Amino acid sequence: MSKEFLHGIILTLVTFMPLAGALLLLLFPRRDRDIRVFALVISLLTFGLSLHLPVYFQRHAAGFQYEVDKQWIASPNIHYHMGVDGISMWLILLTTFLTPLCVLISWTSVHDRVKEFFILLLILETALIGVFTALDLFLFYFFWESTLIPMALLIGMYGHGRKIYAAVKFFLFTMVASVFMLAAMLWLYAKTGSFDLLVIQNAIRDGKVEGFLIAAPWLFLGFFVAFAVKVPLFPVHTWLPDAHVEAPTAGSVLLAGVMLKMGTYGMMRFNLGLFPEQSHHNAPWIMVLALIGIVYGALVAMVQPNMKKLIAYSSISHLGFVVLGIFSFTAIGLAGAEFVMLAHGVSTGALFMLAGIIYERKHTYEIKDFGGLASPMPVYATFFLFIVLASVGLPMLNGFVGEFMTLTGAFQARAVYGIIAATGVIWSACYLLWMYQRVFYGKVTHPENNSLLDLSRREQLALWPTAVAALVMGVAPLLWLNIINPAVETLLPVSQMVSKVAGQ
Amino acid sequence: MISFAATALPQVIPQSSDYVRILPELVLAIFGMAVMALDPLLGDRATQKTLGAVGLLGTLAALGATAYMAQAPGLAFWDMIRVDTFSVFFHFVVITVAAITILTSHEYMAVQQLRAGEYYALILFGTLGMALMSSAVELVLIFIALEISSIATYILAGFRRRFAISGESSLKYFLLGSFATAFFLYGVALMFGATGSTNIQVIAHALGNGPIPVLAYAAAALMFVGVGFKVAAAPFHVWTPDVYEGAPAPIVGLMSTGPKAAAFAVLLRIVFEASVPGAFWLIWISAALSMTIGNIGALVQDNVKRLLAYSSIAHAGYLLVAFAAQPELGTSAAMFYTAAYAAMNVGAFAVVTHLASRDERYVTLEDYAGLGHRSPLLAATLTIFLLSLIGIPATGGFFAKFYVFSAALKANLVGLTIIGVLNSAVGAYYYLRIIVMMYMKESREEAPVAPVSLSLGVGLAVSVLLTLYLGILPGRVLDYADEGARQMLHPTEQAVSQVSP
Repeated sequence: MSKEFLHGIILTLVTFMPLAGALLLLLFPRRDRDIRVFALVISLLTFGLSLHLPVYFQRHAAGFQYEVDKQWIASPNIHYHMGVDGISMWLILLTTFLTPLCVLISWTSVHDRVKEFFILLLILETALIGVFTALDLFLFYFFWESTLIPMALLIGMYGHGRKIYAAVKFFLFTMVASVFMLAAMLWLYAKTGSFDLLVIQNAIRDGKVEGFLIAAPWLFLGFFVAFAVKVPLFPVHTWLPDAHVEAPTAGSVLLAGVMLKMGTYGMMRFNLGLFPEQSHHNAPWIMVLALIGIVYGALVAMVQPNMKKLIAYSSISHLGFVVLGIFSFTAIGLAGAEFVMLAHGVSTGALFMLAGIIYERKHTYEIKDFGGLASPMPVYATFFLFIVLASVGLPMLNGFVGEFMTLTGAFQARAVYGIIAATGVIWSACYLLWMYQRVFYGKVTHPENNSLLDLSRREQLALWPTAVAALVMGVAPLLWLNIINPAVETLLPVSQMVSKVAGQ
Repeated sequence: MISFAATALPQVIPQSSDYVRILPELVLAIFGMAVMALDPLLGDRATQKTLGAVGLLGTLAALGATAYMAQAPGLAFWDMIRVDTFSVFFHFVVITVAAITILTSHEYMAVQQLRAGEYYALILFGTLGMALMSSAVELVLIFIALEISSIATYILAGFRRRFAISGESSLKYFLLGSFATAFFLYGVALMFGATGSTNIQVIAHALGNGPIPVLAYAAAALMFVGVGFKVAAAPFHVWTPDVYEGAPAPIVGLMSTGPKAAAFAVLLRIVFEASVPGAFWLIWISAALSMTIGNIGALVQDNVKRLLAYSSIAHAGYLLVAFAAQPELGTSAAMFYTAAYAAMNVGAFAVVTHLASRDERYVTLEDYAGLGHRSPLLAATLTIFLLSLIGIPATGGFFAKFYVFSAALKANLVGLTIIGVLNSAVGAYYYLRIIVMMYMKESREEAPVAPVSLSLGVGLAVSVLLTLYLGILPGRVLDYADEGARQMLHPTEQAVSQVSP
C-alpha cells in the first residue's frame, strides 16, 4: 500500500473502524467475554491506526492534512470532506486513546446487556472522531447529532439513580441548542451554495456573501449557543452535573474527556474560523461568562458531598479556562486552550475512572462514606494523588502547561481577567486536595472499608496510560505544542486582519 | 370537456399508449378483483394466506408496471392523465406502502382472528385511487381518484368489527371525510366557473394570463379544505387521533402514509402547477398551526397510536412548509419528504401492529416498557424509525426536514423555518419518551413478545433499509424528485396539452 494512498484513506479508516467493529459485534453471540475482548481489540486497532496521524504529520505545512474530498450528495452540495490540522488531530488521538481505557474500565462494572453497551460505545467513538475530522458543515452536523443518541442511551440504560431524567435532559439540552446551529448552517448554504468550511470561509473573507453583515451576529450566536451548551458555559451548564453523576463510568470518561471538547473545538473552528470579527466583538461578555464558570464551578465543586459531582463541577471550571484562552485572541492563549483540552481529557478521564473504581466496590460516591482509604488501598491512593496533582496544575504535570498558557493569554488580553482566572488555580487546589484528604488520609472511618480490595491488574492497566500521558505532557509539552502552534496561528492572522479592516 | 371543441379531430378511441399510462392502476384493479373472486372460491382457513399472497403479488406487479409505464411518459385519455417522473415517483411511494401494509397485515389478521378476503382487495383498490391521484391532471378525475381511495380506507378503518371504537373510527372518518370531499368538489366547481376548465394546464394558463377572478380565490380555499383534511393538516386535523386509535394498526400505517402522499401530490399540482391564487398564506398558516398543534398534542398522549396520530399532524405541517417555498425546490423537497415519511411511518406502525397483539391490547406507552430487554431487535428497529421521525442524521427523516427547511430559507421564509425548527426540537421529546420506555424502564410483567413472522420481518426490513438509504445516500432519490419537480412544472413538448383555451 503506497503511502499516498494510505494518507488519503487514513481518516476514513480511523473514523469508521469503530463503527465497523460495532456492526460486527451485532453478529456476535451473547458471550460477554468475547464481546469485551473484541471491543478492546477494535478500540486498540483504532488507536494504532490513529497514531499514523501524528507520525506523518507535516509540521510546517499550512492548512489541513490527510484531506479527502468527495461529493456525497450532488444537490444540495454536500461533500464528504475530511481533514485535520494541529487542533483537531490531537483531539482525535485523545478520543482513540480514551476509548480502549473505557473498555477496560467497564470490563466488570457492566454485566447486564454487555453487547449493547459495547456497540453503543463504539458507535459513539465513530461519531466523536467524525466531529473532529469533518470539514463540511453538514458532515460536521451529521456527526455532532450522531453523538447524542449513543451517549443518551449509555446514560439512560447503564446509569444509576435518576438516569432517565439525566439522559433526557442531556438529549434535549443539546438537541435544542444544536438546532440553532443547523439554522445558521442552512442560512450560510442558502447564500453560498456550499457547505464546505473552506469555501464558506473564503466567501465570507472576500465579502461575497450577500446580507452577511446583518446576519453575522445571529449566525455567530447560532453556532455559539450550540457550542456553549456543550462546553458547558455558565449558565447553560445545568445538564452536566446530572448527566455525569448518573452516567456509567465509561460514559463519564468520554463525556468529560471528549464530548465537552466538541464545544470548545467548535468555537475555535467555526466561531473564530468563520466569524472572526463577531468573535472579537463578543469576546468581552463571553470571557466574563468563562470567568464566572471558572470561579462558580470551583466554588460549587468545593461544597459537593458527592465525589463524582465534584469532578463534574471541576470540569465546568477547567473548561472555563479553555473558553477564556480561545477568546483571548492571543497565540499563546489559543494554544493553551487546546492544551488544556487535551490535558483535561486525560486527567479528568482518569479521575472519573478512579471514581468508577471505588463505586464498583462501594456503590456510593459520597465522600463521607470514605476516609483513610490510603491504608487499605495504597496503589489506588497513589494513582489518585498523581492524577489529582496533574489536575490541580502541578508543574511538570500536564495541567500546569495549559493553564499557564491560557492565563498568560488572558493577561495579554486584559489583566483583570487574568487575575480573576488565576484564582481558579487556587480554588482547584482547594477542592481537589480537600477531597483527597477527606477520602484517603487519617484513620479508616468506616471499619468495613478496611476490607476494600486494591486495584486489580486490569484497573492498573487502564490507569497507567493516563498517568504516563499526564507526565509526558507535562515534561515535554513541545511534542504537542509544535504541532498545535502553527495551526493556531493560522486562526489568528485572519482574525486580526479582518478586525483591522472592520475597524477602519 | 370544453376542450374537445377546440381540437380539430377529437381522438375518440383510446390508443394502446393510453392504457400503458394507466397500467399500474389496471394491474391493481385486476388483482383486487381477483382477490374478491378467489375469496369465495377457495376454502376456509387457508385462504387468508393465499389472498394475502395474491394481494402482495398485485402490488409487486404494479411496481413492475410502474417501471414499465415510466418508459412511456406523456398524456393519456384526452389529457386527463399525465405520466411523468412526478407521477411515477408517487406511484412508487404509494404502491410500496401498500406492499408493506399487506406484509404487515398478514400476521395481524391471523392474530386478531379476522377473516376477510375483501381486506386485501380494498387495500389494492385504495392504492389504485392513490396512484391515480398522482397522475391525474384533471380536477374531476382527481376527485374520482380521491373518492376511490377514500371509500376503501373508510371501510378498512372499521375492520375491527368486534370493537365499537373501530366502528366509531370508521364512521367519523366517513362523515367528516365526505364532508371534506364535498368542499373539494365545490372548489372544483368554482374553479370551473372562474377559468372555464377543470384541466390543470388550462387553469394555469387562464390564471397566468389576465386578471384573476375573485371566484378563483374561493375555489382555491375550498379545495385546500378538502385536501387539508386528507393530509390531516390543522385546522382540519381533528378527526385524526380518534380515527387512528380505532382503526386496525396496519391500516393506520397505510392511512397515515399512502393517501397522505397522494393528497400531497394533488396539492402540489394545484398549488404549483395550476398556481392557484392566495395559496401562500393559507399554507403558511396551516403549516404553522399543524406543526404546533401536532407536537403539543403529542406531548400528552399515552396511547402510542394517538401519539403517532398527532405526530403525523406535525409532519403534515413540516411538509406544508415546502409548499410555501419556491415551486421547484418546494416540490422536490415535498416529494422527498413524502417518500421518507412513508418509509419511516409505515415501519413504525408495523412495529406497533406486532406489539399490539390480540385485540390490540398493548398500545399504551407503558406496554413498551422494557422492550429493549424483551425483544432487542424489534426495539432497535422501532428506535431507528423514531430517530428518523425526530430527524436525526443518517435517517431519511433528517434529510426530509433538511430539504424542506433549506428550501424555505432559500425562499426567505425565516419565520416559518424558525417555527418549524423549534417544533422539531419539541417533537424530539415525545418520540424520546418511547425510546426511554423501551430501554430505560423495567417492564411490569415479563410478557414475552411473540416472534416476528416472516412477512412482517420482510416488511420491517424493507422499511428500515429504505429509511437508512434515504438517510445515507439520498442523492439518487433526490435527483429523481428534482427531475419530477421539473417535469411537473415545465412539461416537455409531448406532455403539454394540445388544447388551448
